[in-house]
Order: sequence, then structure tokens, then C-alpha cells
Amino acid sequence: MSNQRKIIPDNAPFTREETEWLDHFFTQMSPEQATWLNGFVSGFQAYQLTDSGVAQSQPSPGGLAIQQPQVSSVAEKPTLMVLFGSESGNAEALAADTKKLAQKSGFKATLLDMADSDPAKLSKESNVMVIISTWGEGDPPERATGYYQKFMAADAPRVDGLNFAVLGLGDTSYEHFCQMGKDFDKKLEELGGNRIQDRIDCDVDYEDAANKWIDDALKAFSANSETAQEPVWEVSEASAPVSPAQKEVYGKKNPFPAELTDRVVLNGTGSGKETLHLELSLQGSGIEYQPGDALAVLPVNDHDVVTEIVQVAGLSDDQPVTNKKGESVKLHNFIMEECDATVLSKVFIEKYNGFAQSDELTELLKPENKPKLQEFIWGREIVDLLIDYPVENLSADNLTSLMRRLPPRLYSIASSQRATPDEVHLTVAAVRYFAHRRHRKGVCSTFLADRIKIGDTVPVYVQPNKHFKLPESGDAPVIMVGPGTGIAPFRAFLQERETTEASGKNWLFFGDQHFTTDFLYQLELQDFFKDGIVTKIDTAFSRDTPEKVYVQHRMLEKGKEIYQWLEEDGYFYVCGDASKMAPDVHGALKSILQSEGSMSEDAAEEYLDNLKKQKRYQRDVY
Amino acid sequence: MSTDNPQLHANEGIKTRSNYLRGNLAESVANPLTGAVSDEETQLTKFHGFYMQDDRDVRAERRKKKLEKAYSFMIRLRIPGGVVTPQQWQDIDRIADQYANGTLRLTTRQTFQYHGVIKGNLKKTIQEIDATCLDTIAACGDVNRNVMCNPNPELSHLHAETLKLADEISSHLLPKTRAYHEIWLDEEKVTSSEEEQEPLYGKTYLPRKFKTVVAVPPSNDVDIFAHDLGYIAIADDEGKLIGYNVTVGGGMGMTHGREDTFPRIADILGFCTPEQAIDVGEKVMLVQRDHGNREDRAQARLKYTIHRKGIEWFKEEVEKRLGYPLQEPKEFHFESNGDRYGWVDGVDGKSHLTLFIPNGRIKDTADYPMKTGLREIAKIHKGDFRCTANQNVMIAGVSPEERPNIEALIRQYKLYKGMHHTGLRMNSMACVALPTCGLALAESERYLPDLVGYLEEIMKDCGLRDDEIVIRMTGCPNGCARPYLGEIGFVGKGPGIYNVYLGAAFNGSRLNKLYRDNVPQDNIIPMLRPIIQDYGANRQPGERFGDFVIRSGYVEPTVKGHDFHDNVKYKNYMI
Repeated sequence: MSNQRKIIPDNAPFTREETEWLDHFFTQMSPEQATWLNGFVSGFQAYQLTDSGVAQSQPSPGGLAIQQPQVSSVAEKPTLMVLFGSESGNAEALAADTKKLAQKSGFKATLLDMADSDPAKLSKESNVMVIISTWGEGDPPERATGYYQKFMAADAPRVDGLNFAVLGLGDTSYEHFCQMGKDFDKKLEELGGNRIQDRIDCDVDYEDAANKWIDDALKAFSANSETAQEPVWEVSEASAPVSPAQKEVYGKKNPFPAELTDRVVLNGTGSGKETLHLELSLQGSGIEYQPGDALAVLPVNDHDVVTEIVQVAGLSDDQPVTNKKGESVKLHNFIMEECDATVLSKVFIEKYNGFAQSDELTELLKPENKPKLQEFIWGREIVDLLIDYPVENLSADNLTSLMRRLPPRLYSIASSQRATPDEVHLTVAAVRYFAHRRHRKGVCSTFLADRIKIGDTVPVYVQPNKHFKLPESGDAPVIMVGPGTGIAPFRAFLQERETTEASGKNWLFFGDQHFTTDFLYQLELQDFFKDGIVTKIDTAFSRDTPEKVYVQHRMLEKGKEIYQWLEEDGYFYVCGDASKMAPDVHGALKSILQSEGSMSEDAAEEYLDNLKKQKRYQRDVY
Repeated sequence: MSTDNPQLHANEGIKTRSNYLRGNLAESVANPLTGAVSDEETQLTKFHGFYMQDDRDVRAERRKKKLEKAYSFMIRLRIPGGVVTPQQWQDIDRIADQYANGTLRLTTRQTFQYHGVIKGNLKKTIQEIDATCLDTIAACGDVNRNVMCNPNPELSHLHAETLKLADEISSHLLPKTRAYHEIWLDEEKVTSSEEEQEPLYGKTYLPRKFKTVVAVPPSNDVDIFAHDLGYIAIADDEGKLIGYNVTVGGGMGMTHGREDTFPRIADILGFCTPEQAIDVGEKVMLVQRDHGNREDRAQARLKYTIHRKGIEWFKEEVEKRLGYPLQEPKEFHFESNGDRYGWVDGVDGKSHLTLFIPNGRIKDTADYPMKTGLREIAKIHKGDFRCTANQNVMIAGVSPEERPNIEALIRQYKLYKGMHHTGLRMNSMACVALPTCGLALAESERYLPDLVGYLEEIMKDCGLRDDEIVIRMTGCPNGCARPYLGEIGFVGKGPGIYNVYLGAAFNGSRLNKLYRDNVPQDNIIPMLRPIIQDYGANRQPGERFGDFVIRSGYVEPTVKGHDFHDNVKYKNYMI
């Protein structure tokens, strides 16, 4: 080392040993290597800045690059676009985790929301992973609708050579389970893409299956990528992705047992509705939420429903079964707490028919009998199948293997944490109906209504929804359309705007069946109005008159003013029923723009698209 | 009369400020946040024919449910003489289903009430009522209310004339403000420079409600002596109308604990010709307008004006305004104040069926589809319907050809059910009271049927099964079911507690008197049993229960009204 030149100055932030090493290195370096290193260092720094998680967990980056000498070039890192379409936030969270995992696996990964992108950009990519959820009647997430339509169009740009893999999120209890995943998967292939891993269709208990699939997919992308490199850093546990929730004491993986402190049926005597106002204590949880977020509730099944299932299956309550952790537990308890014991789906019937071997079911499951199957499923539950198509000698493990994990239920939060710091409030419609000779109960709503007592605890976590948020500016006018339980987030909004002393105007459209019995939170709304928090309230009660009146009719009556508010940079929010109300409200909004803003239908649609892009038209519909 | 007098009752200011009954009613009704109208407008709605009420059964739960009181409105129609066409009956019936609680309530003043109409439906309901050529103007409020008239089918010539009088008085004394038409029927406000006028009422209308009736002897079904202004039709030997005895100053309402308030039997003022009748009625009302008490609403009815100033003074004042004297009253005779149930043949070959409607409530139940039955009859009926003063209904003017079809429907819908009741039940009458009436202190319509059931047992045991006793019950002392004219009267004091009155005349010519006060409802039967047993054992031939209890000394007779509180034998039952 005696012949080396002094290159690194003494005041450089290195130890003497490091300085000597660097001096030696630079002395030997070719001009080409120097150019390369120049790029590498700046790239590396940029990388560190964009991913604090990695930087924190790897505090000695200088050493790392050197300890991984097989990485010859960052510039040649394969790219991976993680493209998502999300409604409730699940797809988005999963995509964000995937991006981090991909980065750790050596990809130059980017995260892209369909809402902010265009299919034309796909042709420039070499690897894309699509994560998309399906809603309603096989519909894309609200904000991904534009992207989906363009992508499905006949003139969608080709993606020849694009490596892709598709992860679909959905719910097997819906007819068009994971339709979006299927559509994207098929179309990508048609447009010349190269499927590097088979699509996965995930049910509501998607986490484990999704994580494993993502891990496999990243490996497949690596293997298929021409410029594939060994990972820069090994991921210590591929099955445990980095999740923001893990940083919290309580979260999705570790729900907080929240005490039920109050429960009131908001509907007056004589109502046909049963809408619950629930107050849960978050004291000591450290859980934070924003108005617009949802609370996930983990219910327990109805005891009688489970008892009947066990009975008709010819099993006993105490029979041992193996749970997910491999522990032996009692059958009844296991189904009560872990299994979806009610929702009938095509998937379930298929699996069940593996045991039942019923010609009738086999016939029903044929693709051409889809409408019949849907008709069959409507109003039926798992227990009906067990009774009507009995299986002899069905083992307890057989039975539980048929059932998917009991999914959490999401409810829009009805309180502002500023107003009720240690509490979270929900507005929940109890689902009860009579079908196929039996009384049916919604699992979670009747869990909240009947099966827990004041003082009991309920496992909950917050599911953030950053696409349903009050405007940042307190001055912005806000129009809220929230009939029925759709009122929930707007109660939170109003509480928030009251406690933050926001000066913007607020206009609420509310509707339900009957004025006298179903005007949810009437006294509170009267106070909000008296105190000037709510500027205007319009109501529509559909069953008080022979002709049915809904919120969209009230909107049309006030079209001129609604247009004015929008033109004053107002924000428009919709919460509640997705199948009828939200499209009707959208239609009303469009016709208001046409009549008041003298727009063509296309122009009105474009106006609304722009509102969405500016986050001034947000929906939380279900 | 000056209205800035601080002594005046607050309602006088409300009337003065209201710009002839408009106030902020339109705005108050349009407010979607509440089912209520503001306090001041609540007073004004009465002049338009409706009262704000709330379901008192659910008051306690509502606040916890974050709901305001279950407000709704009682809407009362104006139907002079209580006569409606079959088409109107069908419309009235349909409106009850569309906007009210699905029932119709016949009132003691020959009209219909809707209950449970929410504020948001007021306008539509009134528009629908208007479309049937009926209205609700002045059905409540400090004005001349619905004018009653005996629906006398046997003497149908006379009835036609008296009904015409009822109709004409109603029109003549109707408020002339266009407020009702502007607010509810979207009538354009006339932009005339002329100040709107109420030629008869002026800005402040009357001090208090004013009730007018027409009776045709020998029936006193309208309870002529219980009203501010009454006309007793007098016919000559051929049954031709020659004029009316005019009565003034009757009234039922009083206030518990105020002995200066009392029910009062009307005085007979004199006799007038049919041509003078409207003029006389107008002048009676105007004297009351100018001399009634506007400071204390509990002293504001005409009965107190006459009690205070004397009937002679009052007669002079009326005659001064008339410009001619009234004649001496003619002889007349009343037999009863009940209804004649069943079929009655009229003079024109047509017949009339009076159906007993328990408590005047027209509704469907599983085994008694009364509302549907009456609607089906209305669909085929060629005559008309008449609401009686005892909350019953008459299917009137049935031709011999039509009768079998009507009778078939009566059987099909079991409308005869009401006709097999005892004389006790068919002469019982209760007001609405709980849960909707804001004044009620105790149950009435929901309780009296049970109580009558217990009394029927006693009557049966005493061999009095078919005897009639007039029983009246109200949930408060204001007197809607005319309880002080019951041979047995029950007036609510508090939940489950009643004052019990005995001794009114069967024909409505004498008030009853307090027998016991503050009686818990469970004690009513043990208390009345020995009296009824005594009546069964010791009455004289043809002696009415109301007369018997006086002769036997259970109560002293009430002579006029201001002696209503005198000579009470047993007070303070609780002690």
C-alpha cells in the first residue's frame, strides 16, 4: 500500500482504515469504472431516500454494496410495475407491500394506481403485476373504472412481450367473483403479454394465499427477466411481508378488543328498519383513525346456526379439528370463531359436491346454468346445502375444509376522533330476513346487535380509506349524500368540521323509509344545524308518500344550488348503497350539470371525471 | 280592541301578528329537519284545521334514539251537517291510507279526523282533501267551527232545510282570509293594495272557539245545550219548518282545580224565523267577539261571557245589533241524545241505516273489516253518508232496490257486529286521548271499551242487559266527548285516575255532578256496582239512571252550570 496516492481528503467522513482502502481503490480505478460508480452512488442514494423502511433496517449501506459484489449494475435492475385498482384499500395496501418486497428482491419497482394512470403506459413496461379487486356485479373499483374501460376497449394498445401476473381480490359470495382479475388476466394475454405466473383469485381471507403468490410471482419475474439479477438483499422471511400494520401494536394482524360502551337502535318504534348506533372504546389502544376510514369488526357466528350445522353434518360439538396453527380445537368453537358458516358460494358448492356427488348440484354447477345457480344461492346458506344434499360420514376436518375463514366486516366510522378521542362509533343496519322457510341473520350485524352485551369486547382494527377524506381546506364547501347507514361517515365529517372550526359550508342529503321513525341522528343533526355546522339539509323519505322519493330527487330539485356549490370548488361525497343509490345520484349529478351548466352528456361526464381526479367527487359505497 | 294590552293572552298577539293566519307557517312547514312547527305557528295551524300532536307512548324512548318527539298532525275536516257523498267517502278513506295512520276517526262534531299525518305530508293531504271538494278551514281555532245538524232521516223535508241552514251558517261565518289557499293550495297571492279583510272577525278573530249546532226534536243527538250557539228546529203540525229556538252559552270544557271554570247548559235566547237565523247567529258571534274574555282563555268561551254579564244583557246586546226583537221561544220536546241504530224508513220511500262505530274509529281488524266494508258500500251506494254527533255513521237515502246489495255488503264485512252490542255500549262515547292528544291526562278511547265490558257484566247480573245508560269518557276536562252530559261521566285526572260524575239527563238537558274524584281505574267497578244494583232493584218504571241517582241521593242535581261544583257530597276519594 506504500505506492498509493492520497486521494480521499482527511476531513472526509471515513475512518482511517476506510480512507486507506478508498485511496487504494481509486488509484486502481479505470475511467469507465469511475463513470459507472458515479451513477451507482447517486442511484443508491436516491434509493435510500425513497425507501426509509429499508434504510432503517439496513443501517450500513456502504458495506452492503460491497458485501454483495455480484451486483454489477443498478442501472440494469429489472423494473416491475405494481399496478392496482382498489376500492376499500385492501388492494392498495397489498400493492404497497408488494412494491417493497419487489425492491428488496432487486427490482426497480414502481407503484401505480389505475386511477392515476392510463393503459397506454403499459407498453413501455417490461414487468407488471396487477392487483385488482372486484365490486358489486363484477365491477371494477370506482376509481379504476376509466382505466378498465380503456383497457378493455377494442383499440387498447398492445403489450407485446410484457411479463405479467394478475392477483384478483374478491368475495366468493358474489356471483362475479374476482371478475376484474379474470378480465385483466385475459386481456393482457390477448394484447400480447406473457403470463409468467397463473392468476390467483383471492377470497376475503386473502392474506396468506396472496402473500405466498406474490413471493412466487416475484421469483418468476426474476427468472423471466432478461436482465435478471440475484437479489441485492435476501428477504429473511418471504412469507411475512413488510406491512405498515406490523409496526402498530394493534392492527389487522392483532385486532384490538374494543369494549362496547353503548348500543341504541336508532329507529323509532314501528319502523321496519333496525339501525344500530354503536359506541366502542379505543382507550389504551393507540389506534388512530380519520373521518372517512372504516372499522373492521371480527364477528363470531351465531351459536344456533353453528349448532345446527354440526348436527345436520352428523358431528358432535366437541369433535377435535385442526386449526390454521395446527392446534387441535373443538369443532363447534372452531366454526364459531374461525369459519364462514353461512355464506353460500359457487366455490363452496363445488367443494361440497366433491363429497355430496349430487346430480342436481352437478347440473346446477354447469356453466350454462349460471342464472339458476344464482337463484339457488339467493337466500340460502351453508346449512341448507347440508340439509338438502346430505353427505354421509363427512368428517369434521372435511366440513371445516369446505369453509373459508370468517371474514372481518368493514363499517364506515361514524365518529371523528377529535370529537370522541377514546371512542369509535358505528352505524350498522341489522340484517334479518326470511328466506326458504328460515329466518336469516347477517353474521356481523346481528353479532353486534344481539350477541354481545354492553361491556363485552369486540376485536377491531382500522381500515384506512384515503380516498374518502374531507378536503384539506376547511373553507371548501362540502356536499354529502348519505341515505340510510350512508349517514355514518358524514356524522364523522360534521363532528370533524365542528371541532376543527372549519368555515366551509356543509350540505347534507339524507333519506330513509319514514321521517318519523328513520331520521337517523335527527336530534344531532338539528343541533349541527342550529350551531351552523350544517348549512343545509334535505331529506327524502321514500315510504311516507304513495310515490317514492329518494335523495336524487331532492338533488334534482336543488340542481341550481348544487351546481353553484360545485363551481365554488365544492366537494361532493356519496356514501351508502352501491347498486341503486350511487348510480342514481351520479345520474342526477350529471343531469344537473347538463341543465344548470348547459353541458352535453359527454361534457358532464368529463366534468365529473375531473372532479374525481381533483378528489372532489369521492364515494364510499357498498 | 287594542292588542298591545299586556294583560291579553299571548295567543291574541299571535293572531294579531299573523297577517290573517299566515305567520311563518309556510316556512315552518318547509323545514325538513323537524316534524314540528314552531310554537307560534302551532297556534295558527288550528285555524287551518289541524293540531300538532306527538305519540306520547314513545316519548321516553325517542331522545335516547336521537330522535325528536314523534310529531304528527291531527287534521279535522269541515263537513257542515256531516254529510258526504259516496265519492267523497272513498276519497276520504283513501287519503287515510296514503297520508294518515290508516284509520278514520269520526268525531263528536260530525266530521272526520285524520291522525298521524306527518308535517311533510300536510300540504299534499290538504290538496287531496281540496280535490274532493272539502276543506279543513276553521275546523279548529278561535272561529266558528264545523256546524252540526241532526241527520234526521224520518223527517227528511225538515232535515233538508236544517242541513241547508247548517251549511249556510258555516259559509257565512267562515274566515275570509286567503291564507289557507295560498299556503296549502298554492294560490297566487293577490297583489292588491287593499288590505285583506276579515269583515266579521277582524285581525284577532274570536276570543276562543265557537261551536254551532242545529237540532231537530225530538232527537237531541247533537247535544244542543253543550254548544255556544244552537238552533232548535220548530215545525208546525204538518211538519213544516216555522223557525228556530236559539240557544246560547252552552259548553263542556273546564279546568281541573279551577272552580270558576265549569260546563254549562245553554240558555234559550228566543225564537227566530228561518230567514232571520243566519243574521241572529252572526250577531251572537259578534257580541262574543267584542265582549269575550281575551286575557284568560279558560274564561273566554261565550258561556262565561253570559254567566258574567247575564243572559238579559246578552239578549239586549244581540237585539240591539239585530235591530229587531226575538220572539218568545216555542215549545219543544227532546227524548234522547243518542242515535237510533239500525234501519229507519224515511218519508220519501228511502231508508237509512245507522251503524254503531265503537268510539268512532273506522279501521280494519282481522275479524271486523269495517273500513273496507264501508268503502265497498261507498262504491255502490247512490245516496249519501252522514256522520252522527255520537261518532257513528248513517248510510242514508237507500232505495228499496239498492237495499239488498247494501245488506249483502253489511253481512260480508260483518258491519252488523256493531249492532249487537248492549244498550250500554251503544250509548258510550270516548274521546281520542292517549297516545296522540297533547291534552290527555289519562286513557280514554283505548280504555273505555274494557270498562264498558265490566259494566255490562254488572248490568247483566242486575237484569239490565238491554237498558241504555249514556256513558261518556274523556282523558282530560276539556270535554270533547261531552262527558258532563253522561249519566255516568269519566274525566281523566292522571294516568289510570278518573273523576266520576253521575246524574246527567238521558236527553242531554241536565249536566251531571261529581260523585267521586281521583278514582283509580281498578276501583271504578267496585264503586259503581252497588249503585247499579240499587238501580236494578229500586228504580221506578221508565226511570233513567241519571234521574235515579239524583232521586236516590247519590248526587245533587246540577241545575245550570255554575252550580256544577256546588253540593258535591264526596270529594277526595283517595282520603
